[in-house]
Amino acid sequence: MKKTILALPYVVWMAIFIIVPLLLVVGYAFTTRTGGFTLDNFSTMLEYTPIFTRSFGLAFTATVICLVIAYPLAYILSQREISHQSLYITLLMLPMWMNFLLRTYAWMSILENKGFINRFLDLIGLPTVTLINTPFAIVLGMVYNYLPFMVLPIYTVMIKIDKRLIEAAQDLGANSATVFRRVLFPLSLPGVLSGITMVFVPGVSTFVISNLLGGGKNMMVGDLIEKQFIGAAYNPYLGSAIALVMMVLIFICMWIVDRFTDDSSQGVIM
Amino acid sequence: MSQNELIRLTDVVKSYNDETVLKSINLYIKDGEFVTLLGPSGCGKTTTLRLIGGFEEPDSGDILFEGKRMNEVPPYKRNINTVFQRYALFPHYNTYDNIAFGLRIKKTPEDEIKKKVGSMLELVNLEGFERRSVSSLSGGQQQRVAIARALVNEPKVLLLDEPLGALDLKLRKEMQVELKRIHDQLEMTFIYVTHDQEEALTMSDTVVVMNRGEILQVGTPVDIYNEPKSAFVADFIGESNIIDGIMLRDREVSFAGKTFECVDSGFGENTPVDVVIRPEDLKLRPVGEGMIDGVVESVVFKGVHYEMMVRAAEFTFMVQSTLYREVGAEVSLRLTPDDIHIMHKS
Amino acid sequence: MKNRSANALNKVFLFFVFLFLYAPIIVMIIFSFNDSTSRTVWSGFTMKWYSQLFSDELIMSSLYVTLAVALLASIIATFIGTIAALGIDAMRPGPKAVMLNVNNIPVMNPDIITGVSLLLLFTFMRMEGSFWTLLLAHVTFNIPYVILSVLPKLGQLDKFEYEAALDLGATPREAFFKVILPEISPGIMTGMMMAFTLSIDDFLVSYFTSGSKAQTLAMTIFSMTKKRVSPKINAVSTIMFVTVLALLIIINIRQSRERRREEKKLRHRDG
Repeated sequence: MKKTILALPYVVWMAIFIIVPLLLVVGYAFTTRTGGFTLDNFSTMLEYTPIFTRSFGLAFTATVICLVIAYPLAYILSQREISHQSLYITLLMLPMWMNFLLRTYAWMSILENKGFINRFLDLIGLPTVTLINTPFAIVLGMVYNYLPFMVLPIYTVMIKIDKRLIEAAQDLGANSATVFRRVLFPLSLPGVLSGITMVFVPGVSTFVISNLLGGGKNMMVGDLIEKQFIGAAYNPYLGSAIALVMMVLIFICMWIVDRFTDDSSQGVIM
Repeated sequence: MSQNELIRLTDVVKSYNDETVLKSINLYIKDGEFVTLLGPSGCGKTTTLRLIGGFEEPDSGDILFEGKRMNEVPPYKRNINTVFQRYALFPHYNTYDNIAFGLRIKKTPEDEIKKKVGSMLELVNLEGFERRSVSSLSGGQQQRVAIARALVNEPKVLLLDEPLGALDLKLRKEMQVELKRIHDQLEMTFIYVTHDQEEALTMSDTVVVMNRGEILQVGTPVDIYNEPKSAFVADFIGESNIIDGIMLRDREVSFAGKTFECVDSGFGENTPVDVVIRPEDLKLRPVGEGMIDGVVESVVFKGVHYEMMVRAAEFTFMVQSTLYREVGAEVSLRLTPDDIHIMHKS
Repeated sequence: MKNRSANALNKVFLFFVFLFLYAPIIVMIIFSFNDSTSRTVWSGFTMKWYSQLFSDELIMSSLYVTLAVALLASIIATFIGTIAALGIDAMRPGPKAVMLNVNNIPVMNPDIITGVSLLLLFTFMRMEGSFWTLLLAHVTFNIPYVILSVLPKLGQLDKFEYEAALDLGATPREAFFKVILPEISPGIMTGMMMAFTLSIDDFLVSYFTSGSKAQTLAMTIFSMTKKRVSPKINAVSTIMFVTVLALLIIINIRQSRERRREEKKLRHRDG
């Protein structure tokens, strides 16, 4: 059917609103204020390396924590009675329906110096801790916001794993640990990869979480970018360079994870 | 064009992606006929059907309907309806609305629709099923809705694309009888596509045997069965034994080390030919009393008869007989001149 | 794998996870009724923050902007996306893959990149941030989700149904409206709802592509959190949470009613 022409309006839309903007980012990254080609933006960026390290480091930490919590959680949920499972999943996803900002904001009242945790500690006579405006708070914020997005893909893959595969492995003499290592884990890998992507990528690029829970002192790449585009220090050239580098780094990280899971899953299943 | 000729295909050629699917087809179909296009997968029978239906256009050649050329006429302007292989019922409409679809397109008044759909449901034995959702119907029932949906529009021709393929054996046989009954009752032209030769022989007035984009033979079921014109047709319709032979002269052929009298002529002298003999035509006699001696290699009980493989004169003959001979028994095969069919070497 | 201590451990684990997930929300809701501006000290029950909410001009206008953008963007995105899906479905594998990959970019890209790149586009085209740039941005990130909702439904479509419709006398246009459209409409509906939800929930893209005159609710909330003042924020979040909860319950009820209807139909199957 000659319906392919119908896609034309969208092709035009994509060109204008997806392709061109990205090309502009690349373009601005290599441009000076006066319009000439330059690599200065990138060299300026080097002084922000600690921020990059912090962002990737914290996002990585959050991803690992999410994985450690989400994997067993997904497994437990997949073993629940089928009729209860959709209820559990709904309960899991429900907090996500509240605005992202508000969820993050809510943690402030818990983590603050005069917040709930500290008041509780005070009550039972323990010394108070500084929780807010620390890397810890940022990681906590990330884990809180992205945990369901790690659970869901892993859970989805797990419920599709044919129980008979596990039974077959047990029949062939595998104990629980072996079943996990050689059957369950490799088969759940696609879900794990999905989950990692859905946590790591937003984690690296967020600025709300670091803004609200990190104070001004724990800047991440997202804050950095935001400052270049909004506000007094308007420098879209630097901002684009930072954005470009961030995109490339994320892409590399995801590619590594992809290769890693591909190789290992092949190795174990064979 | 003869009096009651309804459809004619002239030198129709069709290719897909550099592959020629129909290599110049010439065919005509008479009004009121039950015609079956028969052949193995890929022979072009479905393509031919789709060309008649208007879902494809021929690369060259003409398709004539009642004498008028209709190569470019789209399906919705042809007075032809199709029963699709997997029924293609509309899931968002119930049985009544599925059947009424074509009538509603033509803006038929609702009370007339009610009458026509009602009589259709009666015709296919689905009275009372109006409100049923089509997904809740069994395969056989969906089949009948598809037939009703096509027939209610009173087309000149009904096209059926292997409609019984998805049904189990018993149901298929019942539906074959049903379709024949409906055809006879409505006196409509049916063009049927199948790869099942038994189905073709059971239902058709005319069988068109196709292979690799060509028509090999057109005739009544009896003609095609008894007088196959090529080894392929002989092999495709019913079982056959095909042996190499030499046509010595008219009505005399040599094979299996012997000379036999036969009824065919016109092959010249000392011409290599294919000799075709039906398994049920080979009679078992005690050794020495027949024409070809051999040994029974295997026996399979088929209910109606025994099917035996007999090794004789360096050829394995399939023999169908109600007589039983055990494996290893020495037998002799007998046949009459009528049973020997000579074909040009394929 | 099914001994009792493991079971108990599982239950404890589940409990703590859900406690973790819901603690902040519960705190937010409770303190929306707090008779003081303190976020942590309870001074008594009041509904004043809720009533103040409705007289707060900024909040009301942001709500209006948010709903307007979400509604318009989802409708426009559904329209463009559905037509695009029809076109993409008819493409050969090569061009199809290209289309789908580019389509995926807004889905896979971090929000901040989408926001910043569109900001550059609008700057480049000398367009000031306004309701219209906001709308264009929302449509852009909504369309891919509509396409991803409709395309599978098109894939499931039986090609022969379209031919059957033609065979029965329908023109291609009639066949589309009477056969194809009804069958893909669940996908279209889902796509539209997803687009609507994404628009309502969006912050980062709106932040970069809107102007001071067209603040979404999320943007307003953000500036409120920076000022760290009034429990009106709590009131807003409680209302939003309860609304979404109600919607989800309604959707769930409708779905289980659908399921029961389908089961009844199957039970009536005769041989």
